[in-house]
Amino acid sequence: MSDVELEIPARPEYLSLARQAVAAIAAVEPRFRVERIDDLRVAVSEAITNAVEAHAAVGESARIRIRCHLDVDGDRITVEVVDQAGGFDPETVPVVPEVEDPSRLEHEHGLGIPIMRELADETDISPHGRGTAVRLVVYRSPTVAARPTSAPDGARPPGGLS
Amino acid sequence: MMFELQESTTDDGTTVLAVVGELDVGSAPRLRQELVRLAADEGRAPRVVLDLAGVDFLDSTGLGVLLGGAKRFRAQGGDLALARAEPQVRKVLEVTRVIEILPVHDDLGAALAALPRA
Repeated sequence: MSDVELEIPARPEYLSLARQAVAAIAAVEPRFRVERIDDLRVAVSEAITNAVEAHAAVGESARIRIRCHLDVDGDRITVEVVDQAGGFDPETVPVVPEVEDPSRLEHEHGLGIPIMRELADETDISPHGRGTAVRLVVYRSPTVAARPTSAPDGARPPGGLS
Repeated sequence: MMFELQESTTDDGTTVLAVVGELDVGSAPRLRQELVRLAADEGRAPRVVLDLAGVDFLDSTGLGVLLGGAKRFRAQGGDLALARAEPQVRKVLEVTRVIEILPVHDDLGAALAALPRA
């Protein structure tokens, strides 16, 4: 399937719609496990939430672009969320204390990126134009994710949005 | 997007708050507002069960609100107990390990029993 692009205003009320659209694209592949689609939905939501908040912080009314690519054999979906909010450095995101730390309850933020990294099979955050691009890859099942991607039969490099 | 909060009170004065819908950056402020109100409302330690059976989506913004509520209630000698999370909601609590400080109870009875005595 070729790329599907979705553009939404950088506002919270569009988040649910965007999540549903991305989940529906993955569900085109009947072998995509329901729990993997749930993982995808959460990871994508985190990426878009970050973009919406970044736009709110800089007072930008520009739109967020969400590009989805279900690969040809249906093994994985790649979703790229691109904002135009000036960019940020993931290294500067404060690290939340471990749950054993009594001060853990003080931290209501900072869980978005850890959730993306945990639920997506690949997460890549990089500067893009005037903003940030977050690239997420989710495989249809844990077995497929564990398969080596550098197969000698001319397989494309993993995750490319070609 | 549908989002509802249904509040009831047990005989011993515990608040049971049923959340219905998706808990994300769009809806989380409403739950936060309600938890802040409950913390301010009660002259005594706030005891609140949050029934998550109707929540089909939870992300980090929703988690932040749950953590904030628990912090407020605990500071007043009360607590927030979570009940009946769907698997995809429980998973988000698990991968962030928030479940270790905010356990999810299988039913409302277990959640009520986990709260400090009135």
